[in-house]
Amino acid sequence: MRVVVDYDKCESNAVCMSLVPEVFEVRDDNFLYVLNEHPPDDFRAQLEMAVRSCPTGAISLEDE
Amino acid sequence: MSLGTVAVVGASLAGLRAVETLRAEGHDGHLVLVGAEPHLPYDRPPLSKQVLAGSRSPADTTLRPANDYDSLDLDLRLGTRATGLDLDSRHIVLDSGEPIGFDGLVIATGASPRRLPGMAPLAGVHVLRTLDDCLAIVAELDDGPRVVVVGAGFIGSEVAATCRGRGLEVTVVEALDVPLVRAVGPVMGRVLSQVHVDNGVALRTGVGVARFEGNDRVEQVVLDDGSTIDADLVVVGVGVGPEVAWLEGSGLTLANGVGCDANCAASPGVVAAGDVARWHNPLFDTDMRVEHWTNAAEQGVAAARTLLAMAKRVEPEPFAPVPYFWSDQYGLKIQYVGASRPDDEVVVVDGSTDERRFLAVYGRGGRVVAALAIGRPGLLMTYRSLIAKRASWEEALAPRPPR
Repeated sequence: MRVVVDYDKCESNAVCMSLVPEVFEVRDDNFLYVLNEHPPDDFRAQLEMAVRSCPTGAISLEDE
Repeated sequence: MSLGTVAVVGASLAGLRAVETLRAEGHDGHLVLVGAEPHLPYDRPPLSKQVLAGSRSPADTTLRPANDYDSLDLDLRLGTRATGLDLDSRHIVLDSGEPIGFDGLVIATGASPRRLPGMAPLAGVHVLRTLDDCLAIVAELDDGPRVVVVGAGFIGSEVAATCRGRGLEVTVVEALDVPLVRAVGPVMGRVLSQVHVDNGVALRTGVGVARFEGNDRVEQVVLDDGSTIDADLVVVGVGVGPEVAWLEGSGLTLANGVGCDANCAASPGVVAAGDVARWHNPLFDTDMRVEHWTNAAEQGVAAARTLLAMAKRVEPEPFAPVPYFWSDQYGLKIQYVGASRPDDEVVVVDGSTDERRFLAVYGRGGRVVAALAIGRPGLLMTYRSLIAKRASWEEALAPRPPR
């Protein structure tokens, strides 16, 4: 699976980071960095929660 | 046991997340979604921000594209209110009189704005909860009104900020001496209220509104101390109350919302989520009712999972989140995680309140229980994780490495 962030929508609320810190990090510059665009399937449930919890709907998961 | 028919009452964020979760996680029976408003589920946070500012069209607030509902296979009842619940015969009643039987029920009716008691309706006096409320306000903003916001909570604060952004003259009237004291405590309540003053809002605290005066429409706001403020537009943001009137007499516990256990269950096969739900959060070992976006999203998922677990006769997962909310005002991102009380210890651990870029932590009983930040979103979320693992107060005060 691939983690896709729409940076036009992202407002760096960082909710994703609190749910999946292994994948998402908002740094001191207040920008979101995706640490691993292709995380293992073990993360799927947490990542789906991040998709549903993103206040701006900026995250999606693509199957590869 | 299969879930049979599930009725979800309330077609906003919590209700939508509940139906999405039910479908994604195995419910293939009949699924009814009842919504009082005529609109498909939409997102409320932009109403006090971008939609009010005129920078986002109302159509851009939908939570899920209209062409993406087929896959949910819903019996969608919009513009329809539920007016009653009978737990014995397991059905709800709609305002048309039609009964809908259910095997599982999700209560997600949200909350509605409190009004100031004893005041006759007057044109130009608004509340802001729904898209239609928002559009009614927007329609009056182009005339350059003098705006009075009653209540310096988060909705009132965002309305004030957005109106200032549009160049309007704004007065905020708050009955408490310190705004937001229940939400963020007295120290940070003062800091957040100063942000309005920084941005040219006339802030009146410790004084209530006696009445609105005007002929055809509002002209003046009269305060308890007898002083008056000229006004062309008033937005009343004095909090909301859970939407439970339709559940009176149902046998459910109704006191500050629908009473639920740690699994969001109000009764066998009946769960609640979002602003309407008061549940026991085991992480803080207290009952809470949370009126914020993230909780509605997360609890909609959790409540649906509880129904699915009940049907499979397995133990549901308790819902033990660290509550989170954000507020965008004057270009500042204000964020909060946790559950504090006004008497918690508060320490600024990063930045400074004077610069309006900082992070403060709240401690109680040797634990970190909350954190508030302006302009520090990534750092704040490291504290959400600390609070979730019941970290000590000392750990919260320790310096964090920059990244």
